Order: sequence, then structure tokens, then C-alpha cells
Amino acid sequence: MLGIGLIKGLAETGRNFVGSYLDPDRLVTVEYPEERLPVKENFRQFPFLVFDGEKADIGLRCVACQICEKECPPQCIYIEKSKDKKPDHLGKPQFYPAVFDIDISVCMSCQICVEVCPFDAIKMDQQFELSTADRFRGLLLTRDRLAKPNSHFQAIHPRDAAEIDMRRVDERAKAEAKAKADAEAKAKQATAAAPGATKAVASTPKPAAAPANEGAIS
Amino acid sequence: MAATLDQLFVQLLHGMTAPLPEAIRPWVALAISLGAILAVFGLCFGITTVCERKAIARMQNRLGPNRVGPYGFLQFAADGIKTLTKEDIVPRTADQVVHFLAPLALLVPVVLTFLVLPFGRNMTAMDLEVGLLFFFAAGASTELAVFMAGWSSRNKYSLLGAMRAIAQMLSYELPFILSTIGVVMITGALSTTKIVEAQAAAPGEWLARWHVFTPWGLAAFLLFLIAAFAESNRSPFDLPEGESEIVAGYFIEYSGFKFALFFMAEYLGMFSSSGMAVTLFLGGWTAPFAFLDWVPSWMWFFGKLGVLIALFIWVRGTTPRLRMDQLMDFAWKFMLPLALIILPTAAIWHYAGRGWLGWLVTAPIVVGAYVLLGRSLVGRRRIRQRSYRYAAT
Amino acid sequence: MSPIFYFLAMLTLGGAVAAMSLRNPVHCALSLVVTFVGLAGVYLGLGAHFLGLSQVLVYVGAVAILLVFVLLLTRGSGKDEFDERPDRWWPALGVGGGLGGVLIAVVLAQPGLALRTAPPELPTVRALGESLMTDFVLPLQVVGVLLTAALIGAAVLALSDRRRTPQDSGPVTSREEGETRR
Repeated sequence: MLGIGLIKGLAETGRNFVGSYLDPDRLVTVEYPEERLPVKENFRQFPFLVFDGEKADIGLRCVACQICEKECPPQCIYIEKSKDKKPDHLGKPQFYPAVFDIDISVCMSCQICVEVCPFDAIKMDQQFELSTADRFRGLLLTRDRLAKPNSHFQAIHPRDAAEIDMRRVDERAKAEAKAKADAEAKAKQATAAAPGATKAVASTPKPAAAPANEGAIS
Repeated sequence: MAATLDQLFVQLLHGMTAPLPEAIRPWVALAISLGAILAVFGLCFGITTVCERKAIARMQNRLGPNRVGPYGFLQFAADGIKTLTKEDIVPRTADQVVHFLAPLALLVPVVLTFLVLPFGRNMTAMDLEVGLLFFFAAGASTELAVFMAGWSSRNKYSLLGAMRAIAQMLSYELPFILSTIGVVMITGALSTTKIVEAQAAAPGEWLARWHVFTPWGLAAFLLFLIAAFAESNRSPFDLPEGESEIVAGYFIEYSGFKFALFFMAEYLGMFSSSGMAVTLFLGGWTAPFAFLDWVPSWMWFFGKLGVLIALFIWVRGTTPRLRMDQLMDFAWKFMLPLALIILPTAAIWHYAGRGWLGWLVTAPIVVGAYVLLGRSLVGRRRIRQRSYRYAAT
Repeated sequence: MSPIFYFLAMLTLGGAVAAMSLRNPVHCALSLVVTFVGLAGVYLGLGAHFLGLSQVLVYVGAVAILLVFVLLLTRGSGKDEFDERPDRWWPALGVGGGLGGVLIAVVLAQPGLALRTAPPELPTVRALGESLMTDFVLPLQVVGVLLTAALIGAAVLALSDRRRTPQDSGPVTSREEGETRR
């Protein structure tokens, strides 16, 4: 008969209406600013620069190699290399970015900069509340705003961060071992050549270093 | 005390107009009533929009607006301020004059329909002898405003929306008016006040004589209500503003305050249709039971109005949109014949009386007509493959 | 003869003049609606509430809509202005003047048109209905039959159009326009 479908439908919506007041489980709404769903680990928004330690200007992993700048498809990265060098975590002197800007109004979150970075210096952030009243300055992230501590990276990407940290610890250990071996070899040579003139030591560092190097690797 | 409360607003109006000279007194009274109607129903409009959004959200297991004010009930104020301060955009090719006049031509007749509604005892702003006709005359004028809006925008979607709206309003105008003729026949008056008074409980009776308590009255009430849904372009009859096909229908090119006027006219139309349904079938301001007569009359009216508005919202939260052919079939093949059958049934009721004889004769006619006409609409529908004359197949 | 009457008279005449002189046919139709409303106001001012409101209901609610529909559905698309045909003005004047003359003559021939200062007892709606259903029942029925015939004729035209075209143009291009034009 005509009208039965309508009555069934009205009963259904009526049940929902009453039920949503009685049973809070029916409501699926997440009231966003107060309540938040946990973000998935693979979620990515815009890149940021990782630094080690406490201070961003010292611990920045980026060596201003500019690979990401060249690879970036929409070309939203701008890097200026520094004039001087700073020692990196291995103690080697490296350039550092004097200017590192990412225009996130251009960035398309493709993650290619992260893929190509050989230093694990640039990673994808999960910060998504980036609305700003200033659409020029507010959306051009400078080096200081991009730099975030490694602890932040560990928090948002625990698996990747653990792997990278392990690798870096290994590298560091190797570097330290090598430095130690170097120092030992140097010391040995120094003691062996102690009677000789210091001039000879300075002129022949290469043959002495080669066996020490091999020893460190093996 | 009860009588004072009942006549509170009437006394207030008398007090305000008493010092004025005799000649302009009725006009001032009318102007004050109009202002009061606009204020009250403007507020009702705002509150209804919030309640509607919250109720429909709950029907869909959502929360609804809950940010502005306590429980989100000031949302309408925020929306109002937003629409008032928005830029008013008029398309360059639009017909400027007609485009400007259309919202006014829509709102003015809708507001006029409230003048003949009896909100309470002695609370009809303009107690015309032909009040019902006034209601329909003012209501019919809105169609032209819809056309003006759709045509002047120079937009094919708005024109399509206007065409749909006019086709729908013309089709449902017929059952809308015909379903009230039975009431006019029984009460023998076109005056809304007299229609309400005829539905009050007779001395000694415990139940009021509302027309909805009779077989023909119930059927006519349902027909009137369905036609009111269609007249006010509410779901499931909201084809004229079918978002998925024609974006927003006839008011697509309106923005800011003019858009708010269209929105307001739609809701005010809903209120006035519901108010007329209350007046004609639900006994207006009369109490359903004689022992409840002490409640102020205007409270009854607004209570019943609220129930009908809630029904409007409930149906909107439930039904999907009709197809155009279903819409037309329903108007012409179901509602119109049923409305025509109700007319003689009301006449039979008039002569058979209110007793068991009336029920015995009229109830089978109404139910039978409903079942048979309904059967012609439901099921066994031959669906042909659609073919197009101009489009490539 | 109150200011309201003069206002309504201006509205009526202004609408009529605009309906004749505007170039855009839809504007003309809308001006005609202004005339209808003004006329209804005059009726209401005379105390003929039923007549005035029927005027609004029928002319503004239905006839005006019919007018604009006819304008939109019959004219060639894209043309908003009337074609100017100065050579056709004299038959139009003849027809219009003739009809106006007949109407004026009929009105003047009615007895008792002389201006009364006090209106007679106004008939109620009940009296109107009773006289329609008793004294004038035959004219009423004739008008009803006429309108029904017109309605059936329109339906027949629409249906025959729909039945014929599929054979003419093959199964691929059958039309359903009869439904949408209703």
C-alpha cells in the first residue's frame, strides 16, 4: 500500500534521532580541534630539516649539497651554500646551508627530496595546521622554521628514525674507530720514527696511513 | 488570570492604538501586527534553521552545529551576519531590475499570507470574510516571483530551476486548494476565524470538533500537507533546487542578502502553509479536549505549528528526492482524484452527521479511494528505454 | 476617491502603458501583471473582496504564468526584442480599437452605472455562491464544459504528437517532449 515505505523510513530516522541521544557510540563525529585521530605513520605533509643535538645551527644534518633543490619537481626549494665549513657528526668539515627556503604553497608533498637526500637531512613532516594570515611570508618556510630536532622525527616516524639512527651510530663508531686507528698508527709511526727527523714524518704520511686504513675496515 | 493571558497581545495592541484617531487606527493596528508577525516569524525562521540542522544531523547520527552559543543555538545569528555582510553579486548580463525585484516579489506575498492566520482568539491581523481566498491568492503570486528570479539571472540552470518550480507549484496548487474546499463546505465560511470557531468543542462535549478527526478531514489534511511540502519546495519535492543537476535552481545567481531573502521566503512559506493546515484541520487555537481550555489560545496555535514544523523536518531527514515523472504522476494521478473524491465525501458527512452513520459511510470511501489510487502508483511500472531526439545515442 | 485609489489607478495605467511600450516581451508580461494587481486593488477598494482576490489568484497566479511560458516556449531562442514591424500597426489598431469600442459600449449601455455616493449592500460570498448555483447554474455549467473541452483538446494534441513522432523518426529519436511541456 502507498505510504508504508514512508512510514518505515520515518521510523528509521526517528530511531536514529532518539538513539543518537541515548547511545553516544552512534555518533561517529570526531570534534576536531579538541579531539584528534592519531595520525598514520606514513602520513606526510611538507618537508622539514632534521638536526641532531640541542641547537639547530650546530646540528643541522644538511650539507647544502643541493641535490634536493635540483630534483624538486615544482622547484620549491632554494638553497644558498655557506662560505665556511663546519664539522659534521663524523667530524668532517662540511658546508652548511646559509639559506634554505621551502615555499610550501608550491610544494606538492611528493617526497622526492627525501628520497634523494644522501644525508637523511630532509624528512617529511606531519604538521598540517599551517593556515596563516600572511600568504607570502607565512607560507615560505625558512631554515629556522624548517629545522626540527631528531627527537621530533623519532616521534613521528619511529621505524625510519630507529633505522637511520642505528646506521648513523654505526657510521660514527666506524669513523671513531678509524680516527683512533689513524691516531694509533700516527703515534706508532711517530714512536718508530722518533729518532729520525720530523721532516720525514711529515713528508711520508701516505704509506703509513694505508695499512691502518685497511685494518680499520677489516 | 487565564483570560488575561489569553488576550494579552490583543489588549496590548488595543492599548497601543487607543490614543490614535479613529480614521487611522485600523491601519496602525495592521502595521503593528505586521511588524509583530515579521519579528516573531523571523525569529522562528532563525531558530528553525538551527533546529532543523541539529535534528537532521541526529537522524544521520551526526552532531550538527554546536559551536556558536550554547549547544550551537546562536548559529543562525552567525549565519545571518555572514549573509548580511557578504558582497551582493549581480551577473553582468542579468536583467538588473527584475533581478532586484524578484526576492521582494517573493517575500511580500509570503508575508501577506500571515495576515489572515488566526494566531489565537481575536488574534487575526486582518479578519477578512474571504480569508482563505486571500491566503491562496497571495500564495499563488509567489510563482511569478520564482519565474522572475529564474529568468532574470540569464543562467540556464536558474531558468530550468524556475521552470521546474513553476510546473511543480502549478500542479500542486490544484490539490492544495481542492483539499480545503471540503472544510469550506462543512463550515460554510471562507473566513479563517469562523473556520476555527466551528472546530471548537461544543458545550458538553469533551473532544473538539477538529476536522482532522473525521475520515474526509484526515485525508484532506494529509493531501493539504503533502501539497504544502511541494508548494514550499521542501524535500522530497525539492527538485527546483536539485543540487546535483541544476546547482541551486532559480536562486543560483543570488548572493548575500538577496539569497537570505529567498531562504527566508521558503521558510516563511512553510510556516504559513503549516499555520493554514493548523487553522483548517487541527482546530487552530482551540484546545483538543474541553478540559484544556484554560491554556492560552495562542499557545495552542504555536504548539501545533511547532509539531507540523517538526514533521516537515523529520520528512526532510527521511525522504530522497522524487523524480520529475513521479512528481507529476503523484500530483495528477493520485492527489487530484483523491481531492475530488473527498469533496462528495465531505458532503455525505455533512448530511449523515457526526455519528456512527457518517463514519460507516465515509470511512470506506476514503480508505478505498486511497488504496485503489495508491495501487495505481506503486509497482508494475513499465520502464521504457530512454531515447533522445537531439542527443547522439 | 481616496489617495489609495489614485495610487492604484496610476499603478494600473502605468503597468498597461509599460506593457504596450516596452521592447522586451517578458518585461511587457510582467508590466501586465502590475496592471492585474492594480485592478485587483481597485476591486478590493470597492469592497468586492471575492472578485479582487479571484483576480489575483487567476490572473497573477495562472494567466501571467501562462503568458510567460508561452513567450518562452514559442519564440525563437536568442531574441529578446520584438521584431519591429511598422507596417502592421494599422490592423492592430483596428482590432484593439474595435474591441475597446465594443467593451466601452457594453459598459455604458448597462443601467445604473451613474456614480453612486454610497455603495449598495455588498453581497457576501455566500450570496455570490448561492446565485451562481441557482440562478446562473446554466452559464456556470457551460463555462465548465468549455474549459473541460479545451483541457481535453490540449491533452489530445499533446498525445497525438507523442504517438505520431516515433513512426516518423524511427525508434531512436522518439520524443518525450509532450510530458515536459505540460
